[in-house]
Amino acid sequence: MKLLNQSLKYLSISILLILGLWGIVFYFNMLREIKESVDEGLENYKRQIIHNAESDSTILRQRDFDEGFFAIVEISAEEALRATDSYADTLLYMQDRDDEVPELEPVRMLTTAFELDGHYYELRMINPMVEEDDLVKELFLEASWLYLVLLLAIVLINNLVLQRLWKPFYEFLEQLKNYRIGKSKTLPEAKTKIREFTDLQTAVNTLLQHTLEAYEQQNQFIGNASHELQTPLAIATNKLELLIEKGELNSGQAESIAEVMDIISRLVRVNKSLLLLSKIENRQFLDDQLVSLNEVVRQVVGDLEAMADFREVGVSVESKGELKVAMDPSLANTVVSNLIRNALFHNVQGGTVEVFLDEKSLKIANSGQEDPLDGQHIFERFYKSGKAQSGTGLGLAIVKAICGLYGYELSYRFEKGQHCFEVVFE
Amino acid sequence: MKVLIIEDEKELQKSLADSLRKEQFVIETADDFESASEKLAVYDYDCILLDIMLPGGSGLQLLEELKEAGKSGNVIIISAKDSLDDKLQGLELGADDYLTKPFHIAELNARVKAVLRRKMLDGRNAIELANIALDLGERQFMVDGENVALNRKEFDVLNYFLLNKNRLVSKNALAEHVWGDHIDQADNFDFIYYQIKNLRKKLQSAGAGIEIEAVYGIGYKLVEK
Repeated sequence: MKLLNQSLKYLSISILLILGLWGIVFYFNMLREIKESVDEGLENYKRQIIHNAESDSTILRQRDFDEGFFAIVEISAEEALRATDSYADTLLYMQDRDDEVPELEPVRMLTTAFELDGHYYELRMINPMVEEDDLVKELFLEASWLYLVLLLAIVLINNLVLQRLWKPFYEFLEQLKNYRIGKSKTLPEAKTKIREFTDLQTAVNTLLQHTLEAYEQQNQFIGNASHELQTPLAIATNKLELLIEKGELNSGQAESIAEVMDIISRLVRVNKSLLLLSKIENRQFLDDQLVSLNEVVRQVVGDLEAMADFREVGVSVESKGELKVAMDPSLANTVVSNLIRNALFHNVQGGTVEVFLDEKSLKIANSGQEDPLDGQHIFERFYKSGKAQSGTGLGLAIVKAICGLYGYELSYRFEKGQHCFEVVFE
Repeated sequence: MKVLIIEDEKELQKSLADSLRKEQFVIETADDFESASEKLAVYDYDCILLDIMLPGGSGLQLLEELKEAGKSGNVIIISAKDSLDDKLQGLELGADDYLTKPFHIAELNARVKAVLRRKMLDGRNAIELANIALDLGERQFMVDGENVALNRKEFDVLNYFLLNKNRLVSKNALAEHVWGDHIDQADNFDFIYYQIKNLRKKLQSAGAGIEIEAVYGIGYKLVEK
């Protein structure tokens, strides 16, 4: 989730809670205020009625609320003395301007008692109140609008702030994404004075500096290790070749030397493959160019033609489209060559190797042993399937490492009695 | 022909010198930066084998000095570092070839001969021996002036043998040279045997004055009949 959406999520939830709480408190406060002011009005009204009643006795004959907002009933002195001013919420049938027939409406009622010329009266007065459900509805609507407007404002402000404030961060991130150890010449830089970002830059660059140092040490180590191993291997090979050339050997001695030479050449191959693997994993390649794999396949198949004839394996190539990828040409060649050689050498007499190409994938299907291979392990280093092979056990591991380097998807499956290796170049 | 071997590893230097002496070359050696630099300043060589990692300095620096003197064209870099950067830099500085250790003696021999041939090039790019001629430009093989058809790989094999006339070419060296460096399977040897058998048949039926002999079980050697 993007930072923008995340902050929006938190803000909208908390504002919803605050606004909801505020709505409830506001509602009750408002209701209380309204009642207080209505009560005050009723109190003034009471005094006015009593005052008017002293001069106009007809008022005393208004017994119910039909003609006005008060009703007067004569009561006994005892009752009158017991009475105090009391306010109550109640409902009365009334016809408002907007009602067609009288409806029950909420009213505030003041009940009190007074004395006039030795008679005691009970006076009830009413004042229409706001309808509570109307109030709630109105309030809810207002709050919702407020909420919407606030959200909209937050989205806008957030966007603006993120774009302005976080701009150096995103620029820095972009540089970091494009940064390649050993390839990029300058360290990523955040163009800002904001402390958090400059701190981040310092931390990241310190880390990168360490990685660079480790990378260089590793490169140096690989260089040294290769030097240290390759030279003795060169000496051993060349000495034995010169010894054979001298020709003063009997056949038994020659055979032993031949065996040693084979072992040395195996060592050489393993050493070279391991060096290649570590070079790939250290990303020491990446001299990327646009390579046509159709062309590479054509070349590799051409090179192996005689070998395939000798082994009586039919090789066919079917291309449905031009497969062009940006990668190191020698690595492209290694991938294709290792896969096709693999298919050719783990085959049976009279078997087939079928190569399929389209715009984004390379598939190689071959006949061979009748059981599926262990798809979990075949790409591991030094894995060799059941039958003892004289290979290094690194060919497929190298293919896998190259695919990993470029993010291509390499898979194995067993289909209709055929071993299929597929690389999807995405 | 004068060849200078600049290599700090004594044993390797000795093997290379032994091998190249068999080709009747005059061999001189240097085993550090200083002595190499001195020799290069004083003498001219037809071919220089140059190791990059040397005590006292980098072989690439020597190459730079040679380039300034206009003499870098006959240098073969022999390095244990199969590094693309070194290779490109070396070739940019005018080195003729780049060979990664370990290599077979036959391979080195072939490369040295190629350098010398380019140096001596007198208009024709062909190898002649007995009654045969291998035209590298036209990729044609002639016996007594008659064209003999060879496929691409057979031509490469014969070329390799001719560059290593009278020398051992091991099966490994042949496989790596002709069928690629990253051979992962040792059971190619039957295949090589089969290829050589075909080539021998063609040489014989064309009446070529050369033949390919087996050397123990290890490899082959091309000799004049």
